[in-house]
Amino acid sequence: MSGALEYLVILAVLSAAVVFVTWPLRIAAVGRRPGERSELDERSSLDELEAAREAKYRELRDAELDHLTGKLSDDDYEALDHSLRGEAIEILHGLDRELAREREDDSATIDPA
Amino acid sequence: MALIGRALLLMCLGAAVYGIGASVYGARRGRREWTISGRRAVYALAAMATLAFAILEDAFYRNDFSFNVVAGSSSTTTPTFYKLAAAWSTQQGSLLLWVFLLSLWSSLILFLVRNRAREITAYATAVLLGFMGFFTALAVFWANPFATSATPPAEGAGLDPLLVHPSMMIHPPMLYSGYTLLTIPFAFAIGALVTGRLGAEWIALTRRFALAAWLFLGIGILLGARWSYTELGWGGYWAWDPVENAALMPWLCITAFIHSIMIQEKRGMLKVWNVSLVLGAGFLSILGTFLVRSGILDSIHAFGASTLGVPFVILLAVMATAAIGLILWRREQLRSEARLDSLLSREAVFLLQNMVLVAMVFVIFWITFFPLISQALTGTKVSVGPPAFKPFVVPLALILVLLSGIGPIIAWRRVTVANLRRNFTLPVLGGLAVLIWLLLVPGGPSSRPFALILFALAGFVLVSVFQELWRGTAARRAMTHDIVPVAFVGLIRRNRRRYGGYIVHAGLAVLLIGVAASSSFQHSQDVFLAPGQKASVDGYTIRYVRPTESISPEKIAMGAVLNVTKGGKHVTTVTTTRNFYPSQNPTDGLVGRFFDTTDSDSEVGLHSNLRRDIWAVIDVDPTHLAPLINQANSLFAAFAPQVMTKAAKLPPAQAQQAVNTLWTERDLAVSEIARRFVTHPWASEFLLIVDPMVIWLWLGALIIAGGGLIALWPVPSLARRRAATAASAPSPARQPAPSPRVRVREPV
Repeated sequence: MSGALEYLVILAVLSAAVVFVTWPLRIAAVGRRPGERSELDERSSLDELEAAREAKYRELRDAELDHLTGKLSDDDYEALDHSLRGEAIEILHGLDRELAREREDDSATIDPA
Repeated sequence: MALIGRALLLMCLGAAVYGIGASVYGARRGRREWTISGRRAVYALAAMATLAFAILEDAFYRNDFSFNVVAGSSSTTTPTFYKLAAAWSTQQGSLLLWVFLLSLWSSLILFLVRNRAREITAYATAVLLGFMGFFTALAVFWANPFATSATPPAEGAGLDPLLVHPSMMIHPPMLYSGYTLLTIPFAFAIGALVTGRLGAEWIALTRRFALAAWLFLGIGILLGARWSYTELGWGGYWAWDPVENAALMPWLCITAFIHSIMIQEKRGMLKVWNVSLVLGAGFLSILGTFLVRSGILDSIHAFGASTLGVPFVILLAVMATAAIGLILWRREQLRSEARLDSLLSREAVFLLQNMVLVAMVFVIFWITFFPLISQALTGTKVSVGPPAFKPFVVPLALILVLLSGIGPIIAWRRVTVANLRRNFTLPVLGGLAVLIWLLLVPGGPSSRPFALILFALAGFVLVSVFQELWRGTAARRAMTHDIVPVAFVGLIRRNRRRYGGYIVHAGLAVLLIGVAASSSFQHSQDVFLAPGQKASVDGYTIRYVRPTESISPEKIAMGAVLNVTKGGKHVTTVTTTRNFYPSQNPTDGLVGRFFDTTDSDSEVGLHSNLRRDIWAVIDVDPTHLAPLINQANSLFAAFAPQVMTKAAKLPPAQAQQAVNTLWTERDLAVSEIARRFVTHPWASEFLLIVDPMVIWLWLGALIIAGGGLIALWPVPSLARRRAATAASAPSPARQPAPSPRVRVREPV
């Protein structure tokens, strides 16, 4: 490959990389509404609750499997299952509250104009 | 092409620096477009690193000796298969491999979590780019793989013969994949600490990558052990070499993490412990790379020695300071949400197992670094060697095996006496049966208490895992009425993490049976044999039948055919060779360079079955050929200049013919001298080993890898749910409205 062609390839790769990496900034500069809030902090609370919900579901499934394979007696399983379901419901209520808050925020930031 | 390669490395460095800035700025200011731009910098870096790595591989493939790394570690006679692997045998190529692999894994996780945990992910992106930037900077400023020479040699130096082994194609990329994957949970843990979001979220994001790191690193370690066993010619698979230990330490650490995160997920406990483990594993992975690449400790991996020590020490210091500082800063949020309900629970077993694993890491770390510590304190480098490890590691390994059997059969939170009796009776009986059987076997392992205990414990583990699989299958059959094989497969498919883990435990038991048997009951002999002579090892008669010799452009191989018999009956025939590679040392002489022992290596003669390995290696001493070699050297030293002088005066075609004739004569002389090993054989040194049950080690490794893959594979229902969520987005948070009744679909 000749020297000139090598420089052309380098220029092309560099240009493509710059356009690709900075594209979200261009889009945001065009589409951002004044005063619009970031989604970072809102999503994070939801993500935490979703992770907790998945972990609790997994714990419920594990408890049931432990019971079926004889590692938990009927009484122990019933007590454990009851308490886990209670914890799961608390997480689901938390998720409900977060989603409701997000919906309120969404409607509040709609630009009437 | 080298120019493009150098430019790509600089662009990678630029992308890393920009991406760090964009991610941190976006996270601090809550500007999502900047965090996305930072993530895109990782994708761009991955694309450029891939291109750069492809250019380097292409240079090796084309024998482009203008690249210094190609000239230094490949040649026209290197087989294509090994030319491609030669890239990571060099310092420069391995640094580029690090950047390439880390950028690919980072791109994968950032793509998978692009709509989740955005704040944590933004900081994790910056940390990952920090690692990529560091290794790219090393490649740019310290060891550039695209450095070229204005006057390239006509032929390269060739690949280090010790690296000419099939596992070298896979072993380093596996280890490096493990090391690079370990930085992903490290980065997300840092992100969680910075943002203070220390719940189950960051663990859910990175658990699978931690498991992948564990799997890749484990496979890499075992491939290295296999290479050591079949290539190095010392008769073992594990030498407690610093570089081996460097890979083992993060593997032990991440093994502990994989278990203890289950406690955090279920109970909100051990948050400090988990964060410390994952940060420790990340730290140890960089330390491992440092040990391979710096050469600060004497190692069989001396081909990796270099002067990259200072930048690595700075990086390690920054990592340690940041990790400790962040943990202290967030100590309040890292408090446990619950306490242990009972010391007889799976949580307690996991905790104890974690402590054993961490104790192992401390022991290995201390003994590995003892030469440096002693040098720092006393000025004298004291090496303690492999015997120092065993008194500590063996008892800890025994406790670990016991716990790996208890873990699967004990329940979370609490157990009752009735449940204990129901779950432990069969496994304990299994272990006792093995113990009694071995004690009663005449000539059994009763003289080796550690091995005896390990065999009994392995029996306990195998029965406990079998019992769990059987009971799970029976439970599933009761629900689905499937036949046993279908119920078994269905059980594993729906509970991959749990049963994949149990299979790993069974594999560990099988592997340790192999380790205990082969290390406790090995018989070996170091003997000198001439053709026709024989030696006896552990009841086997090994006879040196005849010498062998072969010459190829890459090497001269001198070996022996050995016949193995027991009680007069033929068992097997094995062949072992010693390979001599042409040296570049001019003082060896024109003929002597083909018999240089500096880079010589062995091919092991191996007969393997479930009961034992018969292992043999020959060490041919070519000094017996010294008089002939010296004579030929003198002859050609006088003759060659005359031919060259004469050739310089001839037309090019005739000159070439004259030089070719000279080299043909030289090759004939080399061939005739080498043939003396067959026509006038002399006694050679042999290391002969009869080693029981070594193959169990490799079988155990395969079972572990299989269990790891099962645990790693995505659960079908989760995969479907994720796909459905993505398809119905505006936001993945919008799950169906939660019902007060919690239902869990098809639990078994």
